[in-house]
Amino acid sequence: MSFLLDVATIVCVSTGAFFFLAGTVGLIRFPDTLTRLHALTKADNLGLGLVVLGLLPQSESLRSGLKLICVWLLTLLAGATVSQLIARAARREGSSP
Amino acid sequence: MNIALALETALALVVLGVAVWTIAARETYAAVVGFVAYGLLLALIWVRLDAVDVALTEAAIGGGLGGVLLLGAAARLRAAGTAALERPSVGVRLGVAALSVAVALALAAGVLLLPDPAPTLAPAAAENAAATGLGNPVTNVLMAFRAMDTLLEKVVLLLALVGVWSLAPDGVWGGRPGPRHQADPRGVLAFLARLLPPVGIVIGIYVLWTGANHPGGAFQGGTILAAMWLLVIMAGLADTPPASSRRVRLVLIAGPAVFLSVGLAGLWLGDGFLTYPAAYAKPLIVGIEVAMTLTIAATLGLLLAGAPERSAAP
Repeated sequence: MSFLLDVATIVCVSTGAFFFLAGTVGLIRFPDTLTRLHALTKADNLGLGLVVLGLLPQSESLRSGLKLICVWLLTLLAGATVSQLIARAARREGSSP
Repeated sequence: MNIALALETALALVVLGVAVWTIAARETYAAVVGFVAYGLLLALIWVRLDAVDVALTEAAIGGGLGGVLLLGAAARLRAAGTAALERPSVGVRLGVAALSVAVALALAAGVLLLPDPAPTLAPAAAENAAATGLGNPVTNVLMAFRAMDTLLEKVVLLLALVGVWSLAPDGVWGGRPGPRHQADPRGVLAFLARLLPPVGIVIGIYVLWTGANHPGGAFQGGTILAAMWLLVIMAGLADTPPASSRRVRLVLIAGPAVFLSVGLAGLWLGDGFLTYPAAYAKPLIVGIEVAMTLTIAATLGLLLAGAPERSAAP
């Protein structure tokens, strides 16, 4: 059982790390603000979500597991709001770089 | 070379790279972003050194509030249009660089020339941990063994706020700090400012409370509370209080006042200034921390809000 949980952790965290990598590549390579934001928020949402999902089987208690989920939810909220604000500011200025 | 060492080396190199980039960046905004990233990466290093209390403070102050303060300064510089005009001369810049290098070298020499093993009071602090009933050795040192330093630090924070307030023009002395922020009341920022503070306040109080036995404490909790307050102010849902408000001033001195009175009571009831009777050490320390958290939150929030700019009338 613990072997299966370890495998699940490795798979989830690796997939999460892949999304972070993809998000970073997108942040560097995409041409304008809006697409860059899209890449960045994907890394936050999916990457961190998968990392948290992978760490859940390793958490010692229900409490620390809930804390991990809280961290993910707060990051989701912050990421979604901040990217909205940046996107609006970028559209108002009308500058693409 | 194991994975942990490789990770730490990479982290240290990235921090050095970000530091150099922050100094070299020509745009003020870019430099500020570099500084924030530097603070957050430095927090990771503190975590690797098992100094989670320091990491929390570095992330909150160096990465968070310090970054907001510098962003505000950059915005004002840009608005005033002075950044490009008043470029310091080459001599001044060389002098500053030489001074910075000298300080960095002196610090490096101080750390590298320490005798091996380095002098430490950590075993003494760990041995006497039971004296206060607190499980977090950092809180023990801050609130009991070196309580005088912490008390003076809070007074310094207050003096910093007095310094900022004294920049107010005569006409608006005692007025409200900063501009009145306007934001779409049905927009994203106002939504976040309604949704996040209840969660943030609970987390701030939790960080304060858990500081007795785990990493956390008054400063970290107070910073979170200050951030929530600033979010509400920036979303235009609340105005900054006037600097002349009696209630605000009472909150501002609550922390040092409670700390000082407990310290003076120690002269009379305990063994001397800032000593706690062993039976009441923990409740007294937690009580001081509660008052200090309120003071720190109010002071940091008002420090970021800036000097009074508008008359107190709404």
